[in-house]
Amino acid sequence: MSDGRGPDWERSSTARVLPPARPRKLAKVPFVELADGRLQGVVSSGSDIGRVYVSSVEAGSHTFACSTNNNRPCGGARGMFCNHILAMVNEAVLQYGGERVARYLKVEPDEPTGQAIARDMMSTRPSQGDSAAAATVFSQFLRHLAYLELPPTTAPLPEMQWFPPTRAVV
Amino acid sequence: MRADLLDEAIPGLDEAMAAVDAGDQALVAGLLRPQPAQVAALTELADAVAATPLAGRVAEAVEKVAAGAASEDHFVAIAAARTALLGSVHDALTARVEEATGRSGDAGIASAAREARSPNVLAAARSWLSDLARAGWRGIDHDLVSGAGQVISAMLPDPALRRLAALLDGFAAELAASCPGAALDRVPARRWGDLWSRAMMLTLSAGAVPAGTATGRVLPLGVDLHEHATAAQAQVHAVFEPSDGGPPRLVRASVSVPKPDTVLGAGIWQLLRPHLSLLAAVGDGRSMDLDGMPVTEEGDLVWDDEHARPGAAADAFATARVALATATAPVPAPLDRHPARIAVPVFLEGYTVDKDGDALTFTVAGHRLPVDTDRVPSAGPLTPEAVAASGACIGLLRWDDGTFTVQPLAVETTIKKKAVAVHAGAWAGGTTDKNGVKAEKAATDAVTVLRERAGRLLRK
Repeated sequence: MSDGRGPDWERSSTARVLPPARPRKLAKVPFVELADGRLQGVVSSGSDIGRVYVSSVEAGSHTFACSTNNNRPCGGARGMFCNHILAMVNEAVLQYGGERVARYLKVEPDEPTGQAIARDMMSTRPSQGDSAAAATVFSQFLRHLAYLELPPTTAPLPEMQWFPPTRAVV
Repeated sequence: MRADLLDEAIPGLDEAMAAVDAGDQALVAGLLRPQPAQVAALTELADAVAATPLAGRVAEAVEKVAAGAASEDHFVAIAAARTALLGSVHDALTARVEEATGRSGDAGIASAAREARSPNVLAAARSWLSDLARAGWRGIDHDLVSGAGQVISAMLPDPALRRLAALLDGFAAELAASCPGAALDRVPARRWGDLWSRAMMLTLSAGAVPAGTATGRVLPLGVDLHEHATAAQAQVHAVFEPSDGGPPRLVRASVSVPKPDTVLGAGIWQLLRPHLSLLAAVGDGRSMDLDGMPVTEEGDLVWDDEHARPGAAADAFATARVALATATAPVPAPLDRHPARIAVPVFLEGYTVDKDGDALTFTVAGHRLPVDTDRVPSAGPLTPEAVAASGACIGLLRWDDGTFTVQPLAVETTIKKKAVAVHAGAWAGGTTDKNGVKAEKAATDAVTVLRERAGRLLRK
């Protein structure tokens, strides 16, 4: 024990590496993730129930993209973050905590809120990327949804002992 | 309980853990082009198993790593050496726990596990794990880590491969969030060494299968929850009384399910609840009667509702006071022995509670036992405050990095001058608690949205 408060993190089998996500309402932004060097997600269209927007912002450069799942460009993303991207940033902050999102995107906002993070990224006038990542993001989203269809099992999974819950909040 | 024994040093344990640490440090830098210090560290690991049947293969593996010519088999040998060492630590700790609790283990050894099937996907997993070992934790990047994605997707639909799939999924998520490894402030070397070597072993062995059946009465003690972003498992710990009059045994019943990372808290109970009627029995304070329920030699009931029906009322604290001490403990399969798997049900009372910031400690018969309240699921009525005010506790005795702790499953405490029992898993089967109902509603909404989206988008 390093500090008398628990095991040494580097020598603990159950060291918590990822803080747990926080629950949020999913209706507007059903999917968001920090992956592949991007904040990326899927935003439901406000007008067409069958349409979703695939949005992403690259960490570091903050190059952004937004298009529909049918690969049509988003009308709102002309030279600047559209409302879909802003909604995605806000929901990412709810799910992962503002500090983790800011760290991942490599911004240092005054406060760890979605607004401040988006403002910080826009202040550097990021460029608009192509929608090359959209297909990957959308298939990640489908993969994510498919987890709901996977069968449960009552055979024991002993390795889950390495994944205790934690009450710590991010 | 003889809590004093839990403080006493175990001969040889520090030496075994030092060899494990050495191996873990070698994996931090990676084994592609090892420095002399890494070769020395791996040699320490090899020396620790020099008197075992693994000696030759591990020594050869270290030689090949040193020459920059290690292949998959050599990485498997290194994982096996680490697994064997931690297995011996597990056994020494378990013997100490048996002394402390006065409980004896089941005689005999759980027999060897069945061989893994689905060779292609397992070979792919082994190949990815070998690439990880070459790169080292400091060498991971997005390309390397995302290589696990296809393997995991291929495994997840098959419940027979779920052990490895759930492990890799949780492991890969941690690695992905830690890329690039070169920029990490610190590395969870023990943990990733554990996950890596467990996964390596599981590509070769699929674990225990039901070896018999259980007929009798199962008396629940409490629910232990495990979760990572995309999987959750609930495990009910219970005392099983065979109807043939045989000695009572400790058993577990598990249910697990993959999940989207946005299904959390009460939502996890909702996913698990329909598949293990025992979860509701825990909340209701009931026993269940089993007839021919499949059970492994490790004491795991492989639950099937066809073999169970609701039994008489059974208070967990009555079970803990009366039946727990006489129940024998199951023996894990040889490859599954690891200190992180130690989760021994214990009953404690007559302790005092110390609070230092967030840290709680029970003093039991003059000896201090840290309380791991962090493992108590937040979707439940049991809080650190309730534990701090408790007079009796059903818990799981665990061990991590040199220290025994107790994880509370339930406590007896006083709320508004009334003695009550509060269970960590009280919401597992459903709840009428005001906060619980709110959490259930939010979780139902989340799953409804995802199912609606899936229905509209997934099958197009």
